Amino acid sequence: MKEIINAEGLHYKELNEKIHNTLLKDSVDEIVLENVVGQRYIAAGLNKKVRFIINGTAGNDLGIFMDGAEIFVNGNAQDGVGNTMNSGKIVVNGSAGDVIGYGMRGGCIYIKKDAGYRVGIHMKSYKENFPVIVIGGSAGDFLGEYMAGGVIIVLGLYSDKLPVGDFVGTGMHGGSIYIKRKNIDERLLGKEVKTKDLSKEDMDLISKYVGDFCKYFSLEQKEILNENFIKLYPYSSRPYGRLYAY
Amino acid sequence: MAKSKYKTDFRVIRDQEKCIKCQACVRMCSNDVHYYDPETDSIILQEEKCVGCHFCEDLCPTGAITVKREIPEIKFNQHWDSKDVYNIIKQAETGGVLLTGMGSDKKFKEYFDHIVLNASQVTNPSIDPLREPMELRTFIGRKPDNINDELPPQLVLETPIMFTAMSYGSISLNAQKSLAKAAFEFGTMWNTGEGGLHQELLPYAKNVIVQVASGRFGVDIDYLENAAAVEIKIGQGAKPGIGGHLPGEKVDQEISKTRRIPIGTDALSPAPHHDIYSIEDLKQLIFAIKEATRYKKPVGVKIAAVHNVAPIASGIVRAGADFVVIDGIRGGTGAAPTVIRDNVGIPIELAVAVVDQRLREEGIRNQASLIASGGFRSSADVIKAIALGADAVYIGTAALISLGCHLCQKCYTGKCNWGIATQDPYLTKRLNPEIGAKRSYNLLRAWSLEIKEMLGGMGINAIESLRGNREQLRGVGLTEIELKLLGIKHAGEAW
Ligand code: SF4
Ligand code: SF4
Repeated sequence: MKEIINAEGLHYKELNEKIHNTLLKDSVDEIVLENVVGQRYIAAGLNKKVRFIINGTAGNDLGIFMDGAEIFVNGNAQDGVGNTMNSGKIVVNGSAGDVIGYGMRGGCIYIKKDAGYRVGIHMKSYKENFPVIVIGGSAGDFLGEYMAGGVIIVLGLYSDKLPVGDFVGTGMHGGSIYIKRKNIDERLLGKEVKTKDLSKEDMDLISKYVGDFCKYFSLEQKEILNENFIKLYPYSSRPYGRLYAY
Repeated sequence: MAKSKYKTDFRVIRDQEKCIKCQACVRMCSNDVHYYDPETDSIILQEEKCVGCHFCEDLCPTGAITVKREIPEIKFNQHWDSKDVYNIIKQAETGGVLLTGMGSDKKFKEYFDHIVLNASQVTNPSIDPLREPMELRTFIGRKPDNINDELPPQLVLETPIMFTAMSYGSISLNAQKSLAKAAFEFGTMWNTGEGGLHQELLPYAKNVIVQVASGRFGVDIDYLENAAAVEIKIGQGAKPGIGGHLPGEKVDQEISKTRRIPIGTDALSPAPHHDIYSIEDLKQLIFAIKEATRYKKPVGVKIAAVHNVAPIASGIVRAGADFVVIDGIRGGTGAAPTVIRDNVGIPIELAVAVVDQRLREEGIRNQASLIASGGFRSSADVIKAIALGADAVYIGTAALISLGCHLCQKCYTGKCNWGIATQDPYLTKRLNPEIGAKRSYNLLRAWSLEIKEMLGGMGINAIESLRGNREQLRGVGLTEIELKLLGIKHAGEAW
């Protein structure tokens, strides 16, 4: 059953209380939020299989600690999308702010356009949980810092410029980052990462998630996959070994 | 240059008359100090490997072993200590950062030892806690501005002493289980640290404070919902400003499950939370946790005591924290660079006094409880911290000592003979959680009784009335500025 909530004029606490009360009805499996203007913490800690359609701009920490819900934003999202998220899906039909997917352990985040600084810091995977972030446009500095697992894909679709900033993958010790470009200036990379040509497994992984990305935003998958990708990977799972005198 | 032999820090003396060659020491010492030579039928020693944990001494059935401190000698020097010299030698050989465990053992002024308590004489009667009710019950959480306003969620403690954050990983599951059970039975709290909540400890969840730290290990909605309260860890006294690092070799199957990371990977906690670069960001995380847990439990913030501790604490309270934990320079750790542990931060006595004072001046003291921690050695330290303004204290090192720890400071090696700071099943099984729970419970009981005695002597019948009651304290041998910061008078000054 679908429920519609008008967020106009509501403080985040009131809006989230309404959402919470609506979800007490077991029959609800979809909630449409109208006129969202930056209310924070939507779907925070939600561990139900429900679908959210957000019309407007989602506020900070959208889907923080979320475990299993699906969120579609028709608009932009602010900072902290999918913070420490466990599973589920967040699709942003626009751009998103800083610190996307911080400490994320599972689930997928698709952002049609650009994302800000510090995306995917300390993402980690565990068993069946495998976090994925796909960004259609560009991402800011510190992408994938301390990354410990999962995948980040940056497509740079809307400009010819390099779609990542400085210090990519600093302190990275697991997972992989794919950037749709022919080459990258090594000076932009953290000292713990190296570049690599793609294997068949890499390509399969990319097509899977880029396939979903294209489906959500009605884009042509073939064109995107036609071009080169660079893979960044951590060359040591122990970047901080041998630091100590025992 | 010849590679130096490490000098021995301990003499292990075996009384040959008493030794029955049972070889228990040979089998049990995880540092392989004792070694049996079948050819000569004798037990040989490699004393340079001894860490001074005194386990074999306790273990030896005939009491044949004595472990003595042996300070490697250098020519007498007021400035250079032999420790400095041998540390440099070690670093010259390895090029590495010196690591250590537990709280700082450096010679700082012990303010607690320069503070004395009051007692009633003639003008007001003292109270006998054995015959009259004495209230130690403590409420942790935000108190409303007006008496008629609704009371926000509170933790209820039967004593103002809780067990501090020690993660599964830094200590063994048996050690955590001991403390969890003791806290549960006594009616106080224990803290998961940044290591997740192990399945087997769910029965003690009613009494658990869970930590959310920069690595977000083990943090998910179930973890937050299971807890009595949530603590955002910004820093700790033993290593302010630096992150944590559980080496991959310690991440075994059970730890992997609890932290929710693959076996064998390094568990790195970044120095800051990268979603917190300001008080506003902190507020955002506090309220994210409150939203996710539907405003049902207190959310607090732990910081290390640093120079700016008072204004920072004020910011934390204004950001919506229901309790603030301040960890002083003596705060313990499973592993920290020695140079950081011994040189960064300020003593807890000063920190708690200035924070309490600042929050009072700003009229926001009611908005958050204040929890002090960092090397509390006795009930006297606890009661003095409370009179200086703390609502409750956390103990860590003292709790581990009750489980057997002898402060060898080698926790980072993972070879703790007492089964505490180790994950080796051969060692951890030495710590029976039932006995551990009993012993740490006893510690809580003993200190609580002593606190009641001291309160009674002051003519006070509830710990509430001692909170921030600095008139009950006097300084001995403190300078004017120290007295001013502590907010106490010098001994000899009347009211
Ligand atoms: S058990 Fe401890 S005190 Fe005894 S020899 Fe081994 S390290 Fe030294
Ligand atoms: S916990 Fe174990 S290793 Fe650490 S100081 Fe105590 S006895 Fe030593």
